[in-house]
Formats: sequence, C-alpha cells, structure tokens
Amino acid sequence: MTPSDAYIIPAPHREAAPGVARHNVAAVNRAEERRLYADRQKIYPKLAHGRFRGLKWLVMGVTLGIYYGLPWLRWHRGPDLPDQAVLLDIANNRFFFFFLEIWPQEFYFVTGLLVLAALTLFLLTSLAGRVWCGYACPQTVWTDLMVLVERFWQGDRNARLRLDKEKWGPRKLYKKAVTHASWLIIAALTGGALVFYFRDAPTLAVELVTGAAPAIAYMFLGIFTASTYLLGGIAREQVCIYMCPWPRIQGAMVDQDTLLISYRDQRGEPRGAHKKGQSWDHRGDCIDCKACVAVCPMGIDIRDGSQLECIQCALCIDACNDIMSRIGRPRNLIAYDTIAGRQAAANGLDSNVRLLRTRTLLYGGLIALVAVIMLAAVLLRSTVEINILHDRNPPFVLLSDGSVRNAYTVKILNKMHEPRVFGLSTRGLPGALLTIVGSNGDGNIRVGTDDLREVRVLVTVPVSYLAPQAPAGSAFVMIVTDVASRHGNERTTHFQR
Amino acid sequence: MTVPNRDIDSITGIETTGHEWDGIKELNKPLPKWWLITFYATILWAIGYWILYPAWPTLNGYSRGLFNYRQREVVAQEISAGRAAQAQFREQLAQTPLADIKMQADLYRFAIAAGAVAFQNNCAACHGRGAQGFTGYPNLNDDDWLWGGTIEDIHKTISVGIRAEGKDTRASQMPRFGIDKLLTDADVNDVVEYVLSLTKRGRDAGAVARGEAIYANQCAACHGPDGKGRHEQGAPDLTDAIWLYGDSRQAILESVKTGRGAVMPAWGARLEPATIKALAVYVHSLGGGK
Repeated sequence: MTPSDAYIIPAPHREAAPGVARHNVAAVNRAEERRLYADRQKIYPKLAHGRFRGLKWLVMGVTLGIYYGLPWLRWHRGPDLPDQAVLLDIANNRFFFFFLEIWPQEFYFVTGLLVLAALTLFLLTSLAGRVWCGYACPQTVWTDLMVLVERFWQGDRNARLRLDKEKWGPRKLYKKAVTHASWLIIAALTGGALVFYFRDAPTLAVELVTGAAPAIAYMFLGIFTASTYLLGGIAREQVCIYMCPWPRIQGAMVDQDTLLISYRDQRGEPRGAHKKGQSWDHRGDCIDCKACVAVCPMGIDIRDGSQLECIQCALCIDACNDIMSRIGRPRNLIAYDTIAGRQAAANGLDSNVRLLRTRTLLYGGLIALVAVIMLAAVLLRSTVEINILHDRNPPFVLLSDGSVRNAYTVKILNKMHEPRVFGLSTRGLPGALLTIVGSNGDGNIRVGTDDLREVRVLVTVPVSYLAPQAPAGSAFVMIVTDVASRHGNERTTHFQR
Repeated sequence: MTVPNRDIDSITGIETTGHEWDGIKELNKPLPKWWLITFYATILWAIGYWILYPAWPTLNGYSRGLFNYRQREVVAQEISAGRAAQAQFREQLAQTPLADIKMQADLYRFAIAAGAVAFQNNCAACHGRGAQGFTGYPNLNDDDWLWGGTIEDIHKTISVGIRAEGKDTRASQMPRFGIDKLLTDADVNDVVEYVLSLTKRGRDAGAVARGEAIYANQCAACHGPDGKGRHEQGAPDLTDAIWLYGDSRQAILESVKTGRGAVMPAWGARLEPATIKALAVYVHSLGGGK
C-alpha cells in the first residue's frame, strides 16, 4: 500500500472525542514521506462552515462579480469614443478606465498602478501573511468555485472519496461528466468575459454568438477557457506549490509580528483522543480529529507549523473552532497569531499585536508617496501634448536672398474629447516668419477628437536679421496656442544657420 | 515466452534494468509519459509537414506538398494587396490636376507620403536623402529653381529630365568659353570679375567694366541683362546667394570655361504618372515651391 492509497481509503472512523469522528486523512507533505519526486496525491477538501468560510464566499462573489460585470458598465465620453467604462482598445492604442483615458506614451500610469498593487501586497503580507493567496488570488477564487461545483455534483469529501474508489459505471461516468462539463462552461464564460475587456462588450457578445467576432477573440477565448479549466479544475493546489513564485518571495516580508494562521501548540499539545469524562488537565486541547487537515484545500497539516504550501485561507480555523465548540473547549486553538505572540504565550505572558513596525510604516509610507505622485500626475495631466522635431537633413536651407530657413515637424496630440484648433507662434527669434506646409492660409492647425496631427513648419529668418557674427545655432521658443481657450504651450527648440 | 526475471533494487524498491557495472545497477526509470507522447506527436507533425508542405529535394526541383504553398506567391499576393489598397488614391492622384491636389487634405497627405518614398528610391542618389543636394546637384529645399519652381514646372522637369534622352527634354547648353577658345583667358577673367560684382564682390573696377561689355554680348541672352537668369533656358540667377557649383571665384571661373551642363534623367518613361505627380507634390512641399 503506497502512502497515497493510505490517504484516500476511508477507513472506519474512530472517535477523537465523544461524538467527534476522526477523519482518516494525512497531510500530503508530511515530513516522513517527503520525497524529491513526489507523485501528486489527490486532495478532497471537505466543506468548512464558519466566519472565514463566509468571508471567502463574500470575497468570491465580489471579485467574480467585478470580473464578469465590469466590461458591461457604461461610461459616457462623448461622440466618436467608446462608452465602455473599462476598455483596453488595443486596435486604437487607447486604454479607457472610467474618467481616465491613457495613451500608449502614458503607460507609466499603469506602471504606477502596478507599483501600488505590489506595495499593497507587501504591506498586507507583512501585516497578515498571504491574505492575497488565501482570499483574493484568481487561482484561489476559481479553484474554490470549481470545488464548489464538484461538491454540488459529487457530494462532499467522503462521497467523492467513495466515488473515486468505485469501478467505472454509468453512475460514476455521469457524475464525472457533468462535473467536467460544468467546469468547461465556467471556463468558457471566464475566457468569454476576458475578451470583453478588449472590445465593446455588447457588440462583441453578439459577434461571438453569430460567429462574426474576430479570430483573435475566439483564440483568446479558447486560451482562457483551457487555462481556467486546467488551472482551476485540474491543477489546483499544484499551481500554488510549484508554479507560483509568490510563496518563495513572501518569506522575506513575514516577521515575528506578522499575523499568521497558527496552531497554538502550547495549548494543543500533547494531542490525543479524549475519552468521555476524562480530565482536560495535563493534556492539550487538540483531540487529533484531523478536521483541520480534511478541510485544507492544499492538503496540509497546519499543526506542522508555517509552511510553503499554506495559502493562509483560514478554513482550518473554521474547522477547528467548530470542533472546539462541540467538545466545550475555548475557540481559536488554530487562529491568526504572531510568532512573538506564541512565544509570549509559551512564557505565560500576554502580548499585543504590533501593527506599527518599521516594515509596515515603510510600506505604508511608500504607498502614500506613490499614490500622491500618481494622483498629482493624473490631476495635472495636460490635455495636449506637443513634440517639435528639427529637420536633421538638411539642418538649414539658404534661400536665394540670403535668408535662412529651418524646417520642423510639429506633432500636436489632442487628448480632449472634442476637436480643437491650434495656432503657432514664436518667441526669441527676431524677424522669424512661420509657414505651415499644406495649410490653406489661415495658419491654424485643426486636430480632431482624441487625435494626433503632424504638420511641417518652416521658420525663415530674413537676411536683415542675420547678424554676421551670430552663433551658428540659437535657441528659441515655439508656442502652440489653443485658439479657443488662448492657452499656450511652449516648447524650446533651436534655429540653425 | 518466459517471464523476465525482475530485479528489484532493495534500497529504493524500484525495478532495475538488469544492467550491472562493477556492482552498480541502473534503476529502471523510463521517460515521463507526457514527454514520450510529445515526442511521438512531433514525429507525426513532421510527417504531416512532409506531405503538406514543400520538403524534399528531387532531381529537378523539390516536392510541392499538398497545400501547394509557395513563399514567392505569398509575397506577390502581399504586394498586390498593398497596391490594391493604394489603388483608389493612385487613381485619384492620376485624375486630379496638379494644382488641385493640395485642396484635398487626404490626397495631399497620400501624395507627400508616396512622393517621399519614391524620392528615396529614385532621386536621393543625386539630390541626397534630405533633398539637400550637393555641388552640381541642386538643393530642392531652397527657393532657387533653374527651370522654374511652380508645381507644374517641377512636374515637367521630373518627367522630361534635363539634357536627357527624348526630344521634349529640357535642353540648353552654356558654351565652353574657355575650352573652345571663344574668349581669351583675360576676357574670361574680366567676365568673372563682372559676375562677382553682381553680388558685390568685384575687386578690380577696370576688369568689371570690361567684363560688363563682354557679358552684354556673350551672356545676357540667357542670363538676362540684369543677371537674374531665365527659367526658359535653365539659366541660373547670378545675383542671388545660391551657387550650384559653389560661389568661389575659382568655381565661377570653371563654369565660364567649361560651360558645365549636368544631366538629369527623364523619369516620364520610367515611373507611373501617379508616382511622378506624387514626386512633384513632395518636392514642392519641401519649402521652396513657388
């Protein structure tokens, strides 16, 4: 009998305490059978009930709601522009996010957002360990959803164990088939929701159904259907243990004051079955019922201490509290606790959780700093962007009367949601004459809604203004003025002679 | 058939291959199943590829494959697709009179873009990538034009060339006053002194006065009595700041002696009408166009 068989065979239950059955389960990563190349042992998480399970259902509802619902949210931006609140318009090089519209050259806003997300993750981890992994990570949420579906069709842990031990027959085939079919439907809906972020959702939804959508939409729908089915339905905890780098990194952010899901061994040990009428003196509160192992989606034993596989989902807290209530012992044998707190308890001392530490203050300060910088950048964002490029070849042109002319490429980018007209002028270049190539005389440059206009501009300095001893190049200012608001944007460039 | 004698390693509990080297045995660790499946799949893929795509050399070519795929055809299709996408604009360009192109913003933008590409392919070798010219090759950015700087003039110059083949070509030839002994060396010196005086650089008043008389007889027919030049003959303006062969006394002396007479090919027979129009629009837009 291999260790993995031992894990899945339901043996006759023994009692851990009067009325409390002991689960026949062992942690998948227990030290005595840890090998360099371990086969995967299937995990059958049991449904937990309690405060944290409730919180996780809530987080699942909110995050999935946002994911599936966000593309359908409308946001009016005026004519010629999409009215989808969040839209990654790759085809037109725009990223719409509610009131913000980001051009490709403003991608630093997204960078800032990612920096904020990373710092928040660091702060949360140093405060309370892997809360991201345990509650909000898409891998956790979708795995939870897939397990929910599996439980719906096949029953809870023991029923699923029995089903897997059964010989293949119509009943087993049916239950497995509907489970996988449901997973595939969820996966397809997930992939389907993703593509809505890249194209107007109501239009694309019709296109997808009628077969008129672009091939790339079907391709990404397929890719995300496959990855959701494989990662959430099949691979599950393997992703967290073997594929994700975060468990390896987070150790650097955890210290003795971080709240971690901990088994209070000082209170729990020595563990063992509790007989009816037996005294609780000189023994631990842990009755070794293994409820904490049975509910664990990672298949581990929290009583072995903090470990890489633990995603800190807190389901073992719910499971243990349930048992503690039934046997009449105090709750929170497994609880959010710090290493310092457990050490203090071991020495018979009280301790408080220190939330304000150098580490958390530093992360908090950095978050505030980046947030303020980003807020300022968003609020002070210019509605026009101007680039002036001086011609390199030829750098200047001598005209027949001895005047000198320079040519420039002027790019004006209108970020407003309405067409604008700009005028051009110069400062600091005496006698300069401006010509806009291709302009029909009024000297105005019209830039469409949310558009970029490129014009060629000639600047001529008449011979009478060219002092013989003047240096070869001189700086001057070109001013692009919004004709309507009279607001001028200045750019320094140079004139070559 | 005999049942093979399975040798189980006592320490690991894993079957060995039965091979033994100096007491060291090899555990039977077959390749992972997924790896093997992938390996066989790649073999199947390769066989499919041989059948469907060109793969094998034959004595007089290569196997075509069932898809009959040819990269040359793909390129040809891409080129014709590109041409088809431009066809509407090129047609429009060919139909629109030169002067009206500027009025249609989209067409004007297309003409400049197409002209810029055609310029780099056909003209940049002599006129430079920025159309800045070199000694003997005119700068097309400035406002000094030998044969006229209106868009029609530019269009004609590109079409017929200068001293090129074809009877319509723009042709004129300045006499080789020095080489052909039409003027004595002293006369040539005097006329150069006079030409320099047109841009206020004359030094010898006597030579200028003698040169003026020679100029009136020999040069004024083309360059004009005032030295302003004539577009009809492609005769340059001698009073302005731009000198095709350089503004030094030596360069002017060389011009009078040899007559110069550079050549530009006629592009009318080499390029499509729409391309020549695009080139004219582009060159005109460089800044010097009249």
